[in-house]
Amino acid sequence: MFGNLDFDVIRRSLPYLFLDGMSFTLMLTGLSALGGLVFGTMIALMRLSSYRLMGRIAGLYVDFMRSLPLVLVIFWFYFLVPYIGQWVTGASRPIRVGAFTSSLVTFIMFEAAYFSEIMRAGIQSISRGQPAAASALGLTYAQSMRYIVLPQAFRNMLPVLLTQTIVLFQDTSLVYVLSIPDFLGAASKVAQRDGRLVEMYLFAALVYFAISCLASYGVRRLQARIAIVR
Amino acid sequence: MIEISHVNKWYGPTFQVLKDCTTSVAKGEVVVVCGPSGSGKSTLIKCVNALEPFQEGQIILDGIKVNDPKTDLPKLRARVGMVFQHFELFPHLRIIENLCLAQEKVLGRSHGEAVAKGEKLLERVGLTVQANKYPAELSGGQQQRVAIARALAMDPIAMLFDEPTSALDPEMISEVLDVMVDLAHEGMTMMVVTHEMGFASKVANRVIFMDRGEIVEDALKTDFFGSPRSERAQKFLSKILSH
Repeated sequence: MFGNLDFDVIRRSLPYLFLDGMSFTLMLTGLSALGGLVFGTMIALMRLSSYRLMGRIAGLYVDFMRSLPLVLVIFWFYFLVPYIGQWVTGASRPIRVGAFTSSLVTFIMFEAAYFSEIMRAGIQSISRGQPAAASALGLTYAQSMRYIVLPQAFRNMLPVLLTQTIVLFQDTSLVYVLSIPDFLGAASKVAQRDGRLVEMYLFAALVYFAISCLASYGVRRLQARIAIVR
Repeated sequence: MIEISHVNKWYGPTFQVLKDCTTSVAKGEVVVVCGPSGSGKSTLIKCVNALEPFQEGQIILDGIKVNDPKTDLPKLRARVGMVFQHFELFPHLRIIENLCLAQEKVLGRSHGEAVAKGEKLLERVGLTVQANKYPAELSGGQQQRVAIARALAMDPIAMLFDEPTSALDPEMISEVLDVMVDLAHEGMTMMVVTHEMGFASKVANRVIFMDRGEIVEDALKTDFFGSPRSERAQKFLSKILSH
């Protein structure tokens, strides 16, 4: 069966696969993780706030996002973002949003739901004496969060946050439903153009596997190092 | 300096932790609060800088009503130092950073000023060499001395101590008490929740005895140790002094 496979197609398309595809994937992963972390931390703070209504709203958001298949969210956002943009800016026609922006917004919103749960656990892992000590020194709630609680929560949760980012890295491949040339999308395009489906999908799987594995290994080492410091 | 009058506090609708507590701490006075565990002494001291809310009564700190919703609590708290049972140093910051953070962020001191002040206080508690270490690298006694220095760095008008030696190994208690005794001799206003009766008899002006949320006894040190009037105080004293 492997007799008539042509692996040279991979070598020929390497620049396209990595310079276009992989750089898009990595950029999307990085920016989504960053945005998701910031937005997710805000949601976590809302959920932990003493204002019931805020907590309820944040909780609903998290439950909502976590109950939808990611592909659906990507689809819906792609069609909705132009109209939301129109509504927000008051423009006369739907805002034109590039595929990258649309998918970035989607992933930030989606990942925020997951990152918020991680950050919530992280914040709750800090003993109540810490914010109490910060308050006793005269720090405001915002200062106590910024300088005392969140840095510790973030450090405690770093391995989990990174693991979630690895999952995110794999999930970004779903943007191929929007015909965006991320790494998988690029591989898929070449595969169909040259009729080399088996070779290209095999190669794509291998690359995802290698990168994720390596990253997981890195996280485990980091975890061990953090454990010693503490 | 600290006026506590008719403070009542409940946890939930029925469990009353503080019952009509009234007392005061004058400027330069050292008041020791003692009593069996669960008597509400830690809760009372945490009410003074509003770390714990209370439902009835009032506490006035240097002329400012603590439980007034209009009071700028962070500003008020910055003027009273507090030392906790479990030190509560910030584990992700170096010792010197622990001392500087609030000076810079709350008092607006420059980094240079804050470091100079921090180093002076570290020298005072004998921990200059530890300035660049992290809290976890220090012993309990050293950590508590840093915590005292951190509170002093804010130039507080009074100091609150919430069982500062209860979490320490016996051999480390005296190094912390020594710092507190020095502070008392310098005329610092202090409210100290502690079981260390040696400390009380050495530097306290008054001793408050609490039991089940009530201030049972509020007496001059000599009267308290000489002849405590209440039966509960007598029992408590005989228990902790007998061993």
